[in-house]
Amino acid sequence: MTITVLLFASYADAFGRGAVAVSAQPGATVADIVARVRADGGAHRLPPHPLVAVNREYAPYDRIVTADDEVALIPPVAGG
Amino acid sequence: MTPLALAVAPGSTHVAVVDHALDVNGLVRIVADPGAGATSVFVGTVRDTNEGRPVIGIDYQAYAAMAERELQAIVDEAGQRFGTRAIAAEHRVGFLAIGEISVAIAASHERRGAACDATRYVIEQIKRRLPVWKREHYADGTREWVDPTRSVAVLATATETGASA
Repeated sequence: MTITVLLFASYADAFGRGAVAVSAQPGATVADIVARVRADGGAHRLPPHPLVAVNREYAPYDRIVTADDEVALIPPVAGG
Repeated sequence: MTPLALAVAPGSTHVAVVDHALDVNGLVRIVADPGAGATSVFVGTVRDTNEGRPVIGIDYQAYAAMAERELQAIVDEAGQRFGTRAIAAEHRVGFLAIGEISVAIAASHERRGAACDATRYVIEQIKRRLPVWKREHYADGTREWVDPTRSVAVLATATETGASA
């Protein structure tokens, strides 16, 4: 399956775009998706363990991701 | 006399992420309630320096759909913790000049302590959790994404080496 991973702020700048598409096996976890993004050219653009949101909620790395989930990498937040 | 405030539903809330100027008085009106003896307001504004560098403005970006969801969760938590009559919170995105309001929070309660505690809780959780980012524009023409985790690291290093923060 293909997962589109949303990027914001410094991560979007680092990749030069607002999303990347990665391929993943069924049953893939958040950790697998992060590893895939890092392997596909993200290793020097991302910290080792970026925060991840699935369907607009912070998600643990062992969460299983399905094809219709909305996945996003969350840079260190700086609101307020 | 006619009361200025109509009763709000107990524990009512309002949240929004918007790309226009924030209306603080509007939020105060939203949380107004005849049973409230106190309304606490927190307003965050764009400061003209950061870590010694002159700042001319800040570009705020958000993962808007998640930010509204997370802001709702934060406000709900504050309502449950402090038993507020009502809480309203809005965060602005886009380019803001010095002094412009980036975030506004209003909370009403029978008494002042809980009203103040609620606004404090909401702003601290916004700082910690809300998926919003700011790129500071500096007087020298450069711009940079603010990374609070890096500031913490710098602060920790300074503390360890005995430097004053």
